[in-house]
Amino acid sequence: MFMLMSLEVMLNAAGLAFVLAGARWQQADGQIAFLFILAMAAAEVSIGLALVLQLYHHFNSLDADVLSGMKG
Amino acid sequence: MEVAFYIAAAVAIISTILMLTGLNVVHALLYLIVSLLAIAVVFYAIGAPFVAALEVIIYAGAIMVLFVFVVMMLNLGEHAISMEKAWLTPGIWIGPTILAGLLLVEVAYLVARGGGAHMGAGIVAPKQVGIVLFGPYVIGVELASMLLLAGLVGAYHLGVRTTPRSEVRNARDTHTRWAAPRRDPVLPGTDRPARTP
Amino acid sequence: MELLWLIVAIPMASALVLAALGSRCSRRAVTAWGVGSIGVSAVITLLVAADFVISPPAGHAYTEFLWTWISVADFQPRIGLYLDALSLVMILVVTFVGFWIHLYSAEFMMHDEGYSRFFAYMNLFVASMLTLLLADNLLLLYLGWEGVGLCSYLLIGFWYRDPANGLAARKAFIVTRVGDTAMLLGLFLLFTGLGTMQIQDLMHRASEQWAVGSTLAVAAALLLLGGAVGKSAQLPLQVWLPDAMAGPTPTSALIHAATMVTAGVYLVARTHVLFTLAPPAQLTVAAVGSATLLLAGCSALTQHDIKRVLAYSTVSQIGYMFLALGVGAWSAAIFHFVTHAFFKALLFLGAGVIIEALHDEHSIFRMGGLRKELPVAFWTFLIAGCSLAGLPFITAGFYSKDLIIWGAWSAEQGHPGFWIVGMIGVLLTSLYTFRLIFRVFFGPILTPVSKRSGYAMTVPLVVLAIFAVVGGVVKEPLLAFVQSTLPAMVEANAGMTEAFSEVVAAFAFLSGLYFAYLFHLQKRSLAEDAVANPAGRGLHAWWYADWGFDWLYDKVFVQPFLWVARINKNDFIDAFYTGIARLTEVLYRALQLTQTGLVRWYAAGIALGSVLFLAMAVFS
Repeated sequence: MFMLMSLEVMLNAAGLAFVLAGARWQQADGQIAFLFILAMAAAEVSIGLALVLQLYHHFNSLDADVLSGMKG
Repeated sequence: MEVAFYIAAAVAIISTILMLTGLNVVHALLYLIVSLLAIAVVFYAIGAPFVAALEVIIYAGAIMVLFVFVVMMLNLGEHAISMEKAWLTPGIWIGPTILAGLLLVEVAYLVARGGGAHMGAGIVAPKQVGIVLFGPYVIGVELASMLLLAGLVGAYHLGVRTTPRSEVRNARDTHTRWAAPRRDPVLPGTDRPARTP
Repeated sequence: MELLWLIVAIPMASALVLAALGSRCSRRAVTAWGVGSIGVSAVITLLVAADFVISPPAGHAYTEFLWTWISVADFQPRIGLYLDALSLVMILVVTFVGFWIHLYSAEFMMHDEGYSRFFAYMNLFVASMLTLLLADNLLLLYLGWEGVGLCSYLLIGFWYRDPANGLAARKAFIVTRVGDTAMLLGLFLLFTGLGTMQIQDLMHRASEQWAVGSTLAVAAALLLLGGAVGKSAQLPLQVWLPDAMAGPTPTSALIHAATMVTAGVYLVARTHVLFTLAPPAQLTVAAVGSATLLLAGCSALTQHDIKRVLAYSTVSQIGYMFLALGVGAWSAAIFHFVTHAFFKALLFLGAGVIIEALHDEHSIFRMGGLRKELPVAFWTFLIAGCSLAGLPFITAGFYSKDLIIWGAWSAEQGHPGFWIVGMIGVLLTSLYTFRLIFRVFFGPILTPVSKRSGYAMTVPLVVLAIFAVVGGVVKEPLLAFVQSTLPAMVEANAGMTEAFSEVVAAFAFLSGLYFAYLFHLQKRSLAEDAVANPAGRGLHAWWYADWGFDWLYDKVFVQPFLWVARINKNDFIDAFYTGIARLTEVLYRALQLTQTGLVRWYAAGIALGSVLFLAMAVFS
């Protein structure tokens, strides 16, 4: 859960960098980039949260280490 | 304007740190929302009002609300809080902290090298953004819409719970008779079995 | 005379046909092919011989060039046949005796399941032997040499289901291989030294370019002698012949009595010019021959398998031939070869009849009293035995052997020591031959006769017996005929006349006969006592084991080789390749550790990677 939240922070930070760059050179491109990042974050959050729900239903825990079926 | 920027930046950093070290998920989410709002103020301060509004509406308003809904639905109790406490040991956070520190050093270096510029030198109006959006970047818009469609379909499918029993069995049991038999690995060139891992 | 190539081609073609189709043909067809091919070859040989004698070609040699075998820069050996008096005599003997042995084996092997295989191998053998004899260059001779070695291996191990036979076959092949390698080195030496492989050219160039006693000549001659020693089972490579008796009796008769083992004698006779250029080598030939004849004679006295007695006897008689070659009595060696072929083949065929009749009994101490039961076998065996031992004046063997012994004294390289050895050899030969005859044919019957042979087995016995007797008549004409290729024996050392030598030989023969009679017929207990005495027992055991050569070779060569093979079982060369596989596996295990299946781990990996990438991008 915290992992997804940290992911949001990261995306936000990247968007911040883009917007700042666009503001530096007075171009709209930075904001356009932020828009796309935003759209992507939305899609990713919805799917991520669905996966979290599945995880919780199957393993009754939110520990990501439970998902070690791909080990080896 | 500059003062607003610095205050908002400080708020964002502090609330993010509080979010990371928080034990209760809901509290952490609220801290995250505060952080996002602070970033929106930053956006406004540097002359990008359009994305400031967007940040508030979509990021803090829709995405975080979705987060809050799911967390509430999970109905985590005291057990989750104690687990988070167990996971927040120095042995666990020392590695990422070092990596983040290295990144900070790199970013600071880049910024110092970049040369200064005045903040708020001008405002990039929403109108300008709109023109560029439906001009050269229209294909991006289409792609974004397809991405959202994919997200929608995926989220719907993953949320469906028709036969939870068989899926649980699929996930957990790989030793049943109808599963493909696992062949033990052999050393190459021989038929001696490899050491078991 | 142009039909010369057919003599070789017909048995070769027959061998190929039998090998390919033999298992699908009836016994009759296989017999017709197998025996008939040698028969036709024998007839053609007679025709060619008649032609040669009546109207001899120029230089007393006829060359037939068939085709060029290899053509590389200066090296162009060809497939060519060379007929002169020496090779003519030898191919006459080989095809004639070969034909009678094939006829005999038609009945002997009739009930064997490998009938067609047997004839295929026998025909291939005859073809290879004829190639060897008729070759006009050393490379073709070597081809025939290898061919007879191969057929010997195949035929010794003919009954392959018994591993002991395979062991004997391998032993024969490996031991002769040692000799073959020496011979090959000799061929290399000759070619690099003189530049040709054609035998006649080689002999001319050698006598022109190499001085008498030069190291090259001696080296080449000794190496060729090595090959001859291997093939003819002389000291120190005689160990394979007694064990080669594991093969069928017709094989022993053809290969190991009459033909293959004399290939060595032929080689030395053919390259006699080289040997006369290298007196030390010639002396070695004589020394090897005389040592072998004594050694084998002593061993023959102790054997109880009838075929092994005859095997050691063969080794001993070829020792006589080598002795003759060594002292310079070339034609005497060839004469002895001719008579030996007849009586030794006869002895082996007779032994085969006896073994068959007594239902596969090989030990002479379990035979007895067959004189009345198998009369044909008895009389022919007796004639052959007398010829072998040298019954004076009647038998061919007497004349040939005596010529050699006399030559051992009086020829150019002769020495009284060789004469004495030869005489002792006569005594020993007579002793073991009559021991054999008295044990097998006289005394009480110990094993009853269960099967008598048909005509196909007895007729060859009779024919060969006639020749074993009559052969003495052809002595002078034969010697004169062979003179055209081999130099006559020069009487260099005085002090011994032929007549005196003959008298001493007759005396040796009679004393051997008397002692054999005494020990093995009249008072058999004397023989048992001689062996029971500790000294006698030790001597008996030592001579029985071929003077310890088998034990020696086992200790010196076989055990160390097996030890090295055992040490290298883990194959330290292969370890390099398995090492690569092991290394791959180690790396695999190491990389497997990164596949934890944990999301956190992978996320950390991404973070680390991005940090590094940024660092590279920023700081470079």
